[in-house]
Amino acid sequence: MSAPAADAAALRERRVWHTLESVADPEIPVVNVVELGIVRHVRTAGDGRIHVGLTPTYSGCPATEVIEQAVRTALDHAGLADVALETVLWPAWSSEWLSESGRRKLEAFGVAIESRAGAAPACPRCASRDVECIGEFGSTPCKAHYRCRTCLEPFDTFKCI
Amino acid sequence: MSAAIAAERPHATVEERFEYMLRLADTSLVAGQRLAEWLGHGPALEEDLALGNIALDLIGQARLLLALAGRIEGRGRDEDALAFWRDAGQFRNVSLAEQPNGDFGQTIVRQCLLDAWQLETYVSLAGSLDAELADIAKKAAKECRYHWRYSSGWLVRLGDGTEESHRRVGAAVQDLWRFTDELLTPDALDARMAECGIAPPPAAVRERWERRVAGVLEEARLPWPARPHYPWHGKRGVHTEALGHLLATLQHLPRTYPGVSW
Repeated sequence: MSAPAADAAALRERRVWHTLESVADPEIPVVNVVELGIVRHVRTAGDGRIHVGLTPTYSGCPATEVIEQAVRTALDHAGLADVALETVLWPAWSSEWLSESGRRKLEAFGVAIESRAGAAPACPRCASRDVECIGEFGSTPCKAHYRCRTCLEPFDTFKCI
Repeated sequence: MSAAIAAERPHATVEERFEYMLRLADTSLVAGQRLAEWLGHGPALEEDLALGNIALDLIGQARLLLALAGRIEGRGRDEDALAFWRDAGQFRNVSLAEQPNGDFGQTIVRQCLLDAWQLETYVSLAGSLDAELADIAKKAAKECRYHWRYSSGWLVRLGDGTEESHRRVGAAVQDLWRFTDELLTPDALDARMAECGIAPPPAAVRERWERRVAGVLEEARLPWPARPHYPWHGKRGVHTEALGHLLATLQHLPRTYPGVSW
């Protein structure tokens, strides 16, 4: 690829990233799909087409198709209709893929995040570490349900598995 | 793996690979459909959510595996065609997966025995020479580990719980144990897949499954049952009566209204 062509490709890739940042997660709309960590790559293939790799949070996540449609719609509206979407299964998603800004927004929203598998999260409301798991499965496949013993509020937690 | 070693391995035929993918896919699909029957009937909201979430994972795995099976077969059948338009005799799930839910304890026992098998199988399949299968397996293994954490936790709680809960899960273990030999005893296709580097050596899965299940049975104060004598052959398409009823529900809508979407 010549230098000007490479520049043009890089510019278009940046536009794609920017567009993806406007697509909110359908179930937790405070974060976008980039912050959620499910966009695995945006790259220009040999034929000049941009390929976007998306990964599901869980194999059975019912939001996967909704997300794909939302991404497709946003790209169409941005004049990027020829972008190819592809599914990437590995490396599999875990809460470690959440971006820093995504973490901050989720915590402000009231969703905690496990730092590592099995480690108790801090209560997003009062920051207490005195919490208990009341359900290994929460309101979406990627979350578990906890209760804070200090402020007594229940809260969702992004699982790390 | 180096090219020299790879070259020594026999290559599985399309039919063999297709058949093997169906074993994995159908086991997840049928187990997921069974768990989905609990929706709205769980003993508590948390358990209702948990069983529903595990069902979703399993059906998601089935979808990926059936799509892969369809690509291997190369006759234009996608995951929906394979899920909805095959009859019981063409399903290749292990017989354990199709057994009715019974009470919550029986469902937990079935799930626990199956989770241990799926977990050990997928952990091994992560090293499969079939790269697409390996990617699906790596993701599925993480999910199955979590399912196991849930089902084994409940088996211990119920086994080491009240007299009544101990009696019920004890009876379920005795009842469902007859289906476990099918999980662990390889037939010609399992052996062939292992030889081709697609599936793990069956002996390794058996050993790890037995260690895992023995640990949880001990903690649940339940005895290790006698080895079953009669072999079941769900993975060769010979099923118990339960599968036909399950498929009647699973396949009703797309068969009544072919091509329907919503």
